[in-house]
Amino acid sequence: MTTLDTASRRRGSLAQAMARPRFLLTVWPWRALLHSVTTVVVGIAVAVVALPLYLPWAMVLGTMASRPWDTVRIGEPALIGFLVGLVMIAVFSPLIALPLGALERRRLRIVFAGPVDSGHRSPPPGLWGWVRTRYTEGATWREAAYMCLLLPASGLVLLVLVALGGAGAVMALAPFLLYAEPDTAISLGAHAITAPEQAIPLALVSPVLLVLLLYTCGTLAQGHAVLARALLVGPPREELRAELTEVTESRARLVSAFEYERRRIERDLHDGAQQRLVALSVDLGLARLDLEKSSEADHRVAAAQAKANDLIDELRGLVRGIHPRLLTDRGLPAALAELADHARVPTRVDTEIPGRLPTHVEGTAYFVVAEALTNVHKHAEATAAAVRAHVAPDDGPVPDTLVVEVADDGVGGADPAGGSGLTGLRDRVAVMGGTMDLSSPVGGPTRIRVELPCGPIPPTPGL
Amino acid sequence: MRPDPADAGAVTPVPTVLAEDGVLLREGLVGVLERFGFPVVAAVGDGEALVEAVAEHRPGLVVTDIRMPPDLTDEGLRAAVRLRRGDPGLAVVALSQYVELSYATDLLDSGNGRGVGYLLKQRVADVREFASVLRQVVDGGTVVDPEVVRQLLRRGADPLRRLTPREREVLGLMAEGHSNGAIARHLTVSDAAVGKHVGNILAKLDLPPDEGAHRRVRAVLAYLRGRGD
Repeated sequence: MTTLDTASRRRGSLAQAMARPRFLLTVWPWRALLHSVTTVVVGIAVAVVALPLYLPWAMVLGTMASRPWDTVRIGEPALIGFLVGLVMIAVFSPLIALPLGALERRRLRIVFAGPVDSGHRSPPPGLWGWVRTRYTEGATWREAAYMCLLLPASGLVLLVLVALGGAGAVMALAPFLLYAEPDTAISLGAHAITAPEQAIPLALVSPVLLVLLLYTCGTLAQGHAVLARALLVGPPREELRAELTEVTESRARLVSAFEYERRRIERDLHDGAQQRLVALSVDLGLARLDLEKSSEADHRVAAAQAKANDLIDELRGLVRGIHPRLLTDRGLPAALAELADHARVPTRVDTEIPGRLPTHVEGTAYFVVAEALTNVHKHAEATAAAVRAHVAPDDGPVPDTLVVEVADDGVGGADPAGGSGLTGLRDRVAVMGGTMDLSSPVGGPTRIRVELPCGPIPPTPGL
Repeated sequence: MRPDPADAGAVTPVPTVLAEDGVLLREGLVGVLERFGFPVVAAVGDGEALVEAVAEHRPGLVVTDIRMPPDLTDEGLRAAVRLRRGDPGLAVVALSQYVELSYATDLLDSGNGRGVGYLLKQRVADVREFASVLRQVVDGGTVVDPEVVRQLLRRGADPLRRLTPREREVLGLMAEGHSNGAIARHLTVSDAAVGKHVGNILAKLDLPPDEGAHRRVRAVLAYLRGRGD
C-alpha cells in the first residue's frame, strides 16, 4: 500500500494538476478528455443494457401519464408493475453493476493514480456461494447505485462535449464551411454570418472554447473520480487485512524464535564446547605438574595449552556476537558498556535506562550499537565514538520509547545504499516498529539515531 | 589424586567447598584443589546446594562457578554474595566463562572487599598461578582477573584520569593481588620505585594514610566503584 501511495504522490493528481498554471501543457487535460468521452460511451452502453430492468416502471409511469391526471388511480396493475420492476432491479442489476464496477475501476485509473481495490470479498466455491456473497455485500449495491448515477452523469458529460466541443468545432471550421458552401449562413444569436472573412474572428476565438472544454472535462472527470472512488473502491480487502495480521504475527514469532535460537546456541556452547575446552586446558595444566620443567614434553604441553586458551578466547568472542550473556543477566547498560570495552575505537557510553526493557527491545538496541560501532571501526576513520541510550517516557497509552544514538568524529559519508550493514540495521529496527535516522555528511561527523517503542512488537510496522 | 608434596606439604590444608555444574570441569577443579592443599569437602552443582554445603562444612574457602542451574544466570554470584553477607570473613573465589566489571563490583561490595577472587575460568589451567591466587584470597587478599582490570582501564573511570600510565599499570597489578615486591619484579624496577608509585596512587585516590594494607584493597575498590554507577 505504501508503494501505491508513493506512486500517486509521484504522479500527482488531476485536481493538483488543474490548480497549476501549466495544466494545459501536461498530459492531464487529455486524460480528462479521454475519461469524459469514454464516460459517454459507457453511459450509453449501460442505458441500452439496463433498459429492460426499468421497463416495468416505465410502463407503469407511461400508462399513468397517458391518462388525464384526475383519473389516475394507483390500482392493482400499477402496484404489480411497480413490484415486478423492483424485483427485476434487485435480481438483475448486480449482474450489470458487477462487470460495470470492474470496468469503471479500470477507467478510474485514467484520472486517479491511487489504489483501486474493489472491496469485494472472495466468494466460497460454487454458484450458490458466489450468489450469496455478491448479493449480500455492500460493495455490490454500491456498484448498483453507481450504475444509476452513471446515467445522468454521462448525460451531463455528453451535453458538455456536444455544446462546447461542437460549438468549438463549428467556429474553428466556419471560414471553410462558408467558403465551401457560399449559400449557407451561421447564426450567432440575432446576427448571421455569411461571408468567410467574417467568420475568421470566430475561428481565431475557437481555441478559447477548446481551453474551456478541457478545463470543464477536467472538473467533470475529477468529480466523477471522487464519486467512483466513494462507491467503487473499497477499503483494503478483508483477506489482505487478514494476511497483514498474519504476516505481522508470524514476523513477531520469527523474531522471538530467532532470539530464542541465539540463546540456545549460546547455552549449548557454554555448557558444551567452552566447558570442555577449559577442562582440557586444566587437564593439560595438571599434566605439566608431573613433567620436568623446561623439558621438551613440558614445552609441547605448554604450547597445546596456549592453543586451547586461544580457542577459549576466540569462542568467548564468538559467543558475545551470538548472544551476549551479559545482556540477559544485567540488561542494556552493562551490555553496552561491555560492547564499548571491546570496540576498536575508544567509545564513551552514557545510559539512562530505569529497570529492564522488553527482551526484543534490548536485543535490537544492542545489535544496533554493535553494528554501528563495527561501521565506525571499518569505515569512519574515527578517533572517538559515543553511545547514548535513554528512555523517553510518552504520555498516554503510547509505550515508552528507547532512544539510542551512536556518534563518531570520523569522515562521514555513510550511505545506507552502499552495502554497509545500515540497510540491515534499518530493517531490524523497522521490524520492531522503530525508526532509524542517519546523518552522515561527507567530512563527518556520522550520527545514527534509533527510536524503539518499548511495547510489544507492533501490528503495523513501518516497513 | 595425591597431594603434591612440593606444593601442598608446607601449608595447612584449607577445607574447600566447590560449586560447578559442569561435570568435566568439576573433576579437573577437584584435581587442582586437592593437589595444592585445598581438600574438597563438598562438590555441588547449584547455588542452593552451595549455601547448604557451606552451612554444613564451614569451609575455609569457596570456589564457585557464577552461572549455574536452575536459572543459568548468576546463581553462583548471588549465592556467594549471600554467604559473605552472613560471614564476611569467608574466602570466595568466583569463576566465570567471561568477566564483567559489574559482577566484580557486586562481589567486592560483599563483606569488606577482602578475601575475594574473581577470575576467568581458563585461569585455572595455569594451575600453580591459580593455586597461589587461592592462597592469597584465603589470606584475605583481593584478586580480580586481569581482564576486569583491562575493562576498568579502558572505561577510564574518573579518578583514573589523574594517574600516570605507569601508576595505572601498578594499580592493575595491585588489583591482581601482587605484592610490591612482585610488582617490582614484574616491571623490573626497584621496590622503592613501586612503593613511591603506590604512595602516589593512594594519595591521588584521597585514601587516608592510617589504614595500612587495607588501603591497597580500598584503592582497587575505589576504582571498581568509581566508574560512574
